[in-house]
Amino acid sequence: MGSRYSFAHSDPHNAFITICREAEYGEGPLSGIPVAVKDNISTAGIETTCGSNILKGYIPPYDAHVITLLRSAGAAIVGKTNMDEFGMGTTTETSAFGPTLNPADPTRAPGGSSGGSAAAVASGMVPMALGTDTGGSVRCPASFCGVVGLKPTYGRVSRYGLIAYANSMEQIGPLAENVRDCALLYSVIAGHDPRDGTSLDLPAPAPLKPEIAGKRIGVPAEFFGEGVDPAVASAVRSGIDRLEGLGAEIISCSMPSMQYALAAYYVTSMSEASSNLGRYDGVRYGTAPDFVRSWHDAYSHIRKTGFGEEVRRRILLGSFALSAGYQGKYYAKAQAARQMVRNDFARLFKTVDMLAGPTMPCVALPLGETSDPLSMYLADILTVPANLAGVPALSVPCGTAHNLPVGLQLIGQHGAEDEILSAALAFEEGSA
Amino acid sequence: MTVIIGLEIHCQLNTKTKLFCGCSTDYRDDGPNTHVCPVCLGLPGTLPVLNKQAVLYALKVAKALHCEVPAYSEFARKNYFYPDLPKAFQITQYDKPLALGGYIDIEAEAGGEKRVELTRIHMEEDPGRLVHKGSGDRGRYTLVDYNRSGVPLIEIVTEPQLSSPKEARRFLNKLRATLEYLGIYDSEREGSLRVDANISIKGYERVEVKNITSYKGVEKALTFEITRQKGMIRRNATIVRETRHYQEARGVTTSARSKEMEHDYRYFPEPDLAPLEVSSWVEEIPLPELPDARRDRFMQQYGLSLNHARTLTGDLKLAEFFEEVASDMPEIAAPWTADILLGELNYRDMPVTKVPVPHYRALLLEVKKGSVTDTSAVEVMRLILNQVMEGQQPEMPGEIIARLGLSKEKGDSIVDTVASVLKEHEAAVADHRAGKAGAINFLVGQVMKATRGRADPKEIAKIIADLLKD
Repeated sequence: MGSRYSFAHSDPHNAFITICREAEYGEGPLSGIPVAVKDNISTAGIETTCGSNILKGYIPPYDAHVITLLRSAGAAIVGKTNMDEFGMGTTTETSAFGPTLNPADPTRAPGGSSGGSAAAVASGMVPMALGTDTGGSVRCPASFCGVVGLKPTYGRVSRYGLIAYANSMEQIGPLAENVRDCALLYSVIAGHDPRDGTSLDLPAPAPLKPEIAGKRIGVPAEFFGEGVDPAVASAVRSGIDRLEGLGAEIISCSMPSMQYALAAYYVTSMSEASSNLGRYDGVRYGTAPDFVRSWHDAYSHIRKTGFGEEVRRRILLGSFALSAGYQGKYYAKAQAARQMVRNDFARLFKTVDMLAGPTMPCVALPLGETSDPLSMYLADILTVPANLAGVPALSVPCGTAHNLPVGLQLIGQHGAEDEILSAALAFEEGSA
Repeated sequence: MTVIIGLEIHCQLNTKTKLFCGCSTDYRDDGPNTHVCPVCLGLPGTLPVLNKQAVLYALKVAKALHCEVPAYSEFARKNYFYPDLPKAFQITQYDKPLALGGYIDIEAEAGGEKRVELTRIHMEEDPGRLVHKGSGDRGRYTLVDYNRSGVPLIEIVTEPQLSSPKEARRFLNKLRATLEYLGIYDSEREGSLRVDANISIKGYERVEVKNITSYKGVEKALTFEITRQKGMIRRNATIVRETRHYQEARGVTTSARSKEMEHDYRYFPEPDLAPLEVSSWVEEIPLPELPDARRDRFMQQYGLSLNHARTLTGDLKLAEFFEEVASDMPEIAAPWTADILLGELNYRDMPVTKVPVPHYRALLLEVKKGSVTDTSAVEVMRLILNQVMEGQQPEMPGEIIARLGLSKEKGDSIVDTVASVLKEHEAAVADHRAGKAGAINFLVGQVMKATRGRADPKEIAKIIADLLKD
C-alpha cells in the first residue's frame, strides 16, 4: 500500500454516488487500476447507500470480502456507483440519487440495476467495475451500455458484505470494457470465503484463452419468443452465426420452464427482500425517527419516507407472498417452478456445453419511459433463468440495433465460468 | 376440572462463541454492547456462519432425550419488528426442526414414573436485550444491549401432558438436571433457562403464558393461571385464547397488550444457510451418565433409598459432591446430605459447590464416631456454613466442638443430670409411671435442655428407664 491514485474524471452521466478522488492502491494483478464498486457492496469508511435514502450516511465499519480481495490485488477503489434502489429495477432510475445516463445515448437509461457500474466503464472513467446480479443486474446494463458483464455461479464469489436484496439468487460480478479485463477482475474476486455459508470451494479460475471450436451451443427457441425486438433478435442471430463460423456447433433446443421463470423470480426475490429490508427501521441507520410516537408508528413512518415507491411495492408484495394462507399459493409454488428451471438446465446441459441467446429482449429505453412496473419486470425474462438455477452467465457486445448496443448472452454449466469466458473471448477477438 | 399443561423451554447452550459469529458468549462481567460484531449486530451485508459446536450440543440433548433426528432439517426466518432484533428476523427452525419426538420420565404424583413426551427440539438465536430506563411504567427511554444477540438457544417443546404445576416443576427439574449432566448448559447464568407455558382446563380454550424467566417461577405462574381460569369457569366467564405475560414481581399473569392483529411471522427457509444433514453425527456423540442411571447406581452401589438417590442425583453438582465427600460412609452421608445439608443450603440460597469438602467430611466422621449428637452436629454445620457465607475461613468441626464444649455427654457423666431432672419433675415421673405417653418425651427434653443438646436422646431415654426401674 501507499501509492495514491488521483481520480480526476468528471461524471457527466451520474455514474457515481460517491467518488473517491484520492484512492490508495498497492501491488498485485490490479495494481494501480481504478475500479468502481456498486453502492450495495460494503466498503469500510466509504458511505454505502444502496441508492436509498434510508441508508444515507451509513458508513460500514467493515469491508465486503470482494473489497478485501480488490485491495490486496492492488486495485484503487475510486468510488461507489449508482444503482436502482437496493437493486430493484432494470433502469437505474429508482435510485434516490437521480438516474444514470447511458453513455451510448445520454437520453436513454443504462439499464440496471448496476447501471452506474456499466456507465462508468462504457464512458471510459474506469476499465472495470463491480456490479451485482440478482435477476440480470450485471448483464442488462452491460448489454445496454455495450460492455462485458459476468454473473458468476451462485456461491463462486463471496456475498459477505453485499447488502442483500434476494440472497438465494444474487452474485457479485465484474463489468469491463472487454472480456480479458472482465476475466481478470473475475479471477480476483472468485474463491471460497468461510464467512459466506453458501460459498463454494472450487479450483482457481484457469488462465484465459480463446476457445470455441467444437463447443456445442444450445439456442433455446424461447429466447427468441414473443416480446423480443426483431432488430435485437437479428443482431443476436448474426452473433450466433459468427460463433458457428468460429467452429461451434449450434443446436436448437427448448426450455419450456421459461414460462414460469419470471413469476418464480419475482415471487422469490420479493419474498426474500421483504425480510432482508426489515432491518431498516430508523433505529440504527438513516434519519432517526420521531420516537415520541409509539415505536410501531415511528417504524412505519421511517419506512414510508425512507424507501422509494418500487422498494415499498416489492416489500409489500413479498410480505403478501409469504403471509399465512398465501404462502402455499405463491412462495411455495415459486420454489416448485424454480426447481423446474433447474431441471431444464440440467437436462439441456447433458447435450450442450452452453446456451446462447439475447441478454435483453430490447435495447436501452429512453429515460422515464418505464413507469409501468410490469413492463419493466417483463424485460428480465431472459436473464432470470440463470439466477434461478445458480448457473453462470455473461453478456458480451454483439453489434447494434437501432444504433444502440446489443448483448449476446452465454449461459454456462454450474462452475463453468472459464468455458463461457473463453467462448466470449473467441467471439470478441474473432479467433477460435 | 382437568388441567392440561404443555411447556416450551428455551435453553442457552454454553458454547464459547455465538451461533452465527465468533463473538464470545461470556459477557457476564462486561459492559453492554462489548461482545458484538457486524454479524450479530445484523449490519447490512453480513451473513451467518453456523457454529458446529452448537449443533453438536443440540444433538447431544436430542440423543439424551431419545429424540429422532431427521436426515434433513433447515433454518428459517421468523420475521417481526422489535428493537432487540437487529435483522428484524430471528433465525430459527420452523417446519423442519433438528429433532422430533423424545421423552423425559419424571416422578409421578401418585408415585412411580410418568413419561412426558416431547414434540420437538429446534435451534435458534437469542435476540438482544432491552433495558428500560427512567421513571414511569415502561420507563422514559429504552437502551438496547446486543451482547446476547446471537447466543445459541435450543427450544424444547413438550406435548400437553403435564397435569399440575407440581408436575411441571418436576419435569423442569429433571430436564435441568439432564442438561447440566450433558455439560451443555450453565445453570448459573441469568436467563439461561426460560419457559413459556400453554395452560388449559379440559374443554376450554388454552392460554399461553410467556415471560417466565426463572424456572422457579414456573410453579407459581402456573398455579396463578390455573386458579384464574377455574375462577372464570365458575363465574361462567369465557376464557379467550390469548397470550399472557407473567409478572414475576407480583406473581400474576396479565393479558398481553392486544395487538391489532395476530402475528404473522412469514416464516421461510433461511437462504444464507445450507440445510442441516446431521443425523449421521448422532451415533458418535458420547453421552455421559445421566440422572436416571446415576440414581440407579447410587441405589446399587451405596445402598441408598429411592428418595435419597433421586434427590442426590437431581442436581449434577450435588451428586458430584456426594460422591466426593461421602462415598465411604453412604449410610450417614445420604441422609445428612439429602435431608439436612440441602435444607440448610436452600435456606441460605447457597450452592453446594461452596460447601468446604474437608470440613463436611470431618463433621460426618464425628457423627459416625458418635462423638457429637445430631443436634450438635447440625449446630456445627450451621456455623461452618455461616462462616463461609460471611467470607471467613471456616473452622474445622473438631475445633468448634471443643470450643463450644459440644462433645457428646455419655453414660455416667449424664446419669447425675438425669437423676436431678427426675427429682425436679416428680409430677411427670408420676405421669410416666401411670402410663401417660407424653411424659417420657417431656423428661428427655428437660435433660437435653440441661445438657445443651450434647446428650443423645435415645441414651437419655434408656437411662431414665433404668433409673425408674429401681
